[in-house]
Amino acid sequence: MRQYMLSVIHGDDDAVPPGTDFSEVVAAVDRFNAALQEAKALVFAGGLQPASSATVVDGTAEETVVTDGPYLESREYLGGFWVIAAEDLDGALQWAAQGSAACRHSVEVRPFQDEAE
Amino acid sequence: MSRGDDDPRAVLARVHRAEHGALIGALVRRFGDVDLAEDAVGEAYAEALAHWPAEGVPSAPAAWLSLTARRKALDRLRRESSRPARELEGLRLLAPDDLPLGVVDDDRLRLLFMCCHPALAPDVRVALTLRLVAGLGMAEIAAALLVPERTLAQRLTRAKRKIRDAGIAFRIPEDADLPARLRGVMTSIYLLYNEGYLSHGERRGVRDDLCAEAIRLARLLTDLVPEDAETRGLLALLLLTQARRDARVGTDGLVLLADQDRERWDRASLVEGLDLASDLVRAWSADRAQGRFELMAVISATHVSAPTAHDVDWDTIRALYNRLATVDPSPIVALNRALAGAQVVGDDVALAEIDALHLETYYPWHVARGHLLRRLDRDAEARDAVVTALSLATNPLEVAHLGALLREWDDR
Repeated sequence: MRQYMLSVIHGDDDAVPPGTDFSEVVAAVDRFNAALQEAKALVFAGGLQPASSATVVDGTAEETVVTDGPYLESREYLGGFWVIAAEDLDGALQWAAQGSAACRHSVEVRPFQDEAE
Repeated sequence: MSRGDDDPRAVLARVHRAEHGALIGALVRRFGDVDLAEDAVGEAYAEALAHWPAEGVPSAPAAWLSLTARRKALDRLRRESSRPARELEGLRLLAPDDLPLGVVDDDRLRLLFMCCHPALAPDVRVALTLRLVAGLGMAEIAAALLVPERTLAQRLTRAKRKIRDAGIAFRIPEDADLPARLRGVMTSIYLLYNEGYLSHGERRGVRDDLCAEAIRLARLLTDLVPEDAETRGLLALLLLTQARRDARVGTDGLVLLADQDRERWDRASLVEGLDLASDLVRAWSADRAQGRFELMAVISATHVSAPTAHDVDWDTIRALYNRLATVDPSPIVALNRALAGAQVVGDDVALAEIDALHLETYYPWHVARGHLLRRLDRDAEARDAVVTALSLATNPLEVAHLGALLREWDDR
């Protein structure tokens, strides 16, 4: 089994497209999470607060610097993610299609590095 | 049967052409690593060149190469076995074949679906197919796809890394994914055939091995999804094109369809292609749009089923091209549609349609203009068009044909 990160990409403070019944989206995502669990494919999942709530910490220099805001100014931010286990990319893409339909956003699929490497 | 009399290099070249995809596929199936497979098969070829001249060509050269390549891959894995995970992976994969067998069990087909995976960019899918399934060299692929060799090498490296890192599987897709995945595979097979039919990389201009491989793969696809009309359309199209292979090359390079000796067409391919095409047409109904390969196959069938070039049913061909243009609105289809339509709407109308396409970098556009201008008695412009085409054409058969055409025109 391989692990994949399914990232939900959306605009800042734009959790769902305008005019969407938010409770429907929540229910659909709950159903998707339950399906992942049922298939023993769920490793971890979470939704994130808006990017405006982010803080950047730079500990690479002697003195740690803390700054307000997301690391990169962008029109699109990570809104949430699932870490899933799948046999191969096709398996991950099938889950991603269901996740995307549930949360009504595009989903980026990215493999984790092998544990051995 | 001993093949020791054969020149070892010639035998190796023949096996390479016929079996490269199968050799690569078998190793990818076993070891799950495209780079490892390519390196090992390359080393096996080198080993053959080192041993065959002195020791004689083995009685089963393909099996010899397959075994040698597998040993080379194992050697490589053992050398790298300081990484325990790798070693374990290698051992696990040495276990008896535990891959579930699909409807069609063929390593080449698996390789093809892997190369044409939608997670890879379309241009790189074709390049990977030509490299891994057909075994073409980098220079040939670069010429075929009109990209610099360096760019091609970078794209292939990136694609192979993605196959490995993202876990693009070496298998036939599941039924639910199959229809969508088939389209990409069919396009690659079609391009593979075209590269064989009008090769950029070879002096003699036709690469029978690529044509044969494309037809073989198209046939495998029809076994995989017998209910898919478009797949049978592709096979019919390739067979009907292949049937004309011998008749289309003469002493002056290419021979146009209208000038071909129909007696020289290959009966077996012709009959099979025509049977497939007429089955397709019988199943056509108003509630399903026909695919582009189906339409191209039936256009081809309409051409070749005419007893002579003068009896071609141009109205039907024009109507089929109209439908094809809605399915595939590319300028290349528009060019062929206009050219075929000349017989129905007149040369001047066809020329106006073709001029409006402005395909200045595409030599067949200039050739089409040349023929129409000549028929319209605009000889000087016709000659200019063919001279321009000649400066753009790279295939030796095409170049010879255009040169002969110019000489013929100049003599009259």
